[in-house]
Amino acid sequence: MSETTPAAAALTTRTDDTRLVVCPAGAWTLAATLPASPAALHAPEPAGVTRIAFDCTGLTAWDSRFVVFVRELEERCAAAGVALERDDLPQGVRRLLELADAAPERAAESPGGHERAFLREVGLQVIAFVRSAGELIEFTGAAAVAFGRLLRGRARFRVLDMLRIMQDVGAEALPIVSLISILVGLILAYIGSLQLSQFGADEYVANLVAIAMAREMAAMMTGIIMAGRTGAAFAAQLGTMTANEEIDALRTAAIPPMEFLVLPRLLALVLMLPLLTVYANLMGIVGGAVVGLLLLDIEPLQYLVQTRGAVDLGDFATGLIKAAAYGVIVAVSGCLRGMQCGRSAAAVGAATTSAVVTGIVFIVVCSATLTVVYQVLGI
Amino acid sequence: MRGAGNDEDDAAVSVRGLSVGYGKHVVQRDLDFDIARGSIFVIMGPSGCGKSTVLRALIGLLEPLAGEVLFGAENFWDASPEQQDHLRRRFGVMYQGGALWSSMTVAENVGLPLSEHTSLDAATIRRLAELKLALVGLKGFEDFYPAEISGGMNKRVGVARALALDPAVVFFDEPSAGLDPLSSRRLDDTLLALRDGLGCTMVLVTHELDSIFAIADDAILLDPQAGTLIAQGNPRELREHSTDARVRRFLLRGAA
Ligand SMILES: Nc1ncnc2c1ncn2[C@@H]1O[C@H](COP(=O)(O)OP(=O)(O)O)[C@@H](O)[C@H]1O
Ligand SMILES: [Mg+2]
Repeated sequence: MSETTPAAAALTTRTDDTRLVVCPAGAWTLAATLPASPAALHAPEPAGVTRIAFDCTGLTAWDSRFVVFVRELEERCAAAGVALERDDLPQGVRRLLELADAAPERAAESPGGHERAFLREVGLQVIAFVRSAGELIEFTGAAAVAFGRLLRGRARFRVLDMLRIMQDVGAEALPIVSLISILVGLILAYIGSLQLSQFGADEYVANLVAIAMAREMAAMMTGIIMAGRTGAAFAAQLGTMTANEEIDALRTAAIPPMEFLVLPRLLALVLMLPLLTVYANLMGIVGGAVVGLLLLDIEPLQYLVQTRGAVDLGDFATGLIKAAAYGVIVAVSGCLRGMQCGRSAAAVGAATTSAVVTGIVFIVVCSATLTVVYQVLGI
Repeated sequence: MRGAGNDEDDAAVSVRGLSVGYGKHVVQRDLDFDIARGSIFVIMGPSGCGKSTVLRALIGLLEPLAGEVLFGAENFWDASPEQQDHLRRRFGVMYQGGALWSSMTVAENVGLPLSEHTSLDAATIRRLAELKLALVGLKGFEDFYPAEISGGMNKRVGVARALALDPAVVFFDEPSAGLDPLSSRRLDDTLLALRDGLGCTMVLVTHELDSIFAIADDAILLDPQAGTLIAQGNPRELREHSTDARVRRFLLRGAA
């Protein structure tokens, strides 16, 4: 392992009757620059050569780079019907060549297509979307059955687990929910004021903010925050457990993962997401009030009266129902993707991404559906 | 320090007064041994005695509490970060479960150290990866992902990856753990053939006696109670000639 620079790699050939003798010299290592192979090596046949031999007396150092060179030469010789004599290669090189030639213990079947054509990809995405809707509904159904068992007191369910998850998804999410909700309130009020002030109806900014937050925005923003924060965490957690066979271990211990892992997460989110939404409503209205009071010079009391006139408990209820539905969606997509996870670190990453995407897509679908339902029912 | 001048030349790795542990908890102390160049050296001992901990100190993952790990004349733990990286390129490590990078194919796993640390072109790297995989009996599996091959194959890819840069020293953590007797035998044969072919030094952590007697030239035995090594030498000779009851008990499976 001396660090002195070894002699550069060189390659010469000499013909010896019908034998072509290849004479590598110097250091043939990973760090070396290999010489171009002599013309004689490219076309051994026309020169009437039937055998190739080696003369390695000049070879000062070699590693797998040299073995690769010999193997390549050997392949070319085999294709040209020329025999290659290994006898004069260094002992170690011969040993490695024999080892590499040994038949693999099992032949490889094709690893299956990793290449993707565009149309095929589009088709696969569509099928995947339809399938994931079905899976989500099926998984929700299974969770509902587990919930039924819980109500009858027959589920394997640890309340302490649920409380810990509630703290994690609820209290610890307050800072990010505050930030986003205040900003949404501010933005709604500011954009609204630009339009309303044209009609001298500045104080209706309060109505705009209150209605938008109560019926749509608070639940939607909280749902999306939760999909990114909690849905991803659930998927990563359960995905790692799947990869480590921990889920299998639960199953064989006769502890249904649906009751033991999914139910506490689902209930925690269904309870906490509406509560966070109530809080988001308050924060959004505060954000709107900041614009109203500071930018539009509305009196605090007037802003409050205007807000109370704009929304009633029914409006908040519509938002909270949505929030509960988003809670189900986020928890179910997180847990589902986690439990479908493959057995590797890359699969955990894919499961997490998929959980967030599934969560957000179905939050939007659900929001649109419920809005239409409210419309029809006249709520 | 030993006085003998050519001691340093013959040893691929020398360990001097090494103590390893976690925080205040000393797992093994005062270890002194030399790993001869070109030998197969085994660190053996019962589970939990600290074999993996010692290995982590040798491969630069866990700073020792005291002592030196010398590669040639250079002490790994005194070297600058650049020198440490340079030394790291001279050894390869195979981890217990393979520890393959799951987002890359088998050939990419073997080729990554080459593409990061050499200036070879992609075609040559591919050929080198194919060679290394053929050496461990995995010809034809180049384009599989680690999740698509069995656990034993994952371990063999781990061996191929450890050999990627033709290192002078290769470390193995429990290479045959979890393999069936036949695969384990095959892996032993592969390691012997690779050592003979490449001329590298191999350091194995294991407690599989069959494998130890089959391939080890030299070994140390760590003891959990003593907290240090209690025997050093060729394991077959230790089995025959050791007078220490603990050593005989371990090497004869408690039948001493
Ligand atoms: N990360 C760690 N932190 C603290 N103690 C550890 C850690 N890893 C291992 N240990 C302790 O060090 C001792 C030796 O462990 P290890 O080196 O893994 O043993 P072996 O590989 O011989 O089975 C054990 O007592 C273990 O509890
Ligand atoms: Mg261990």
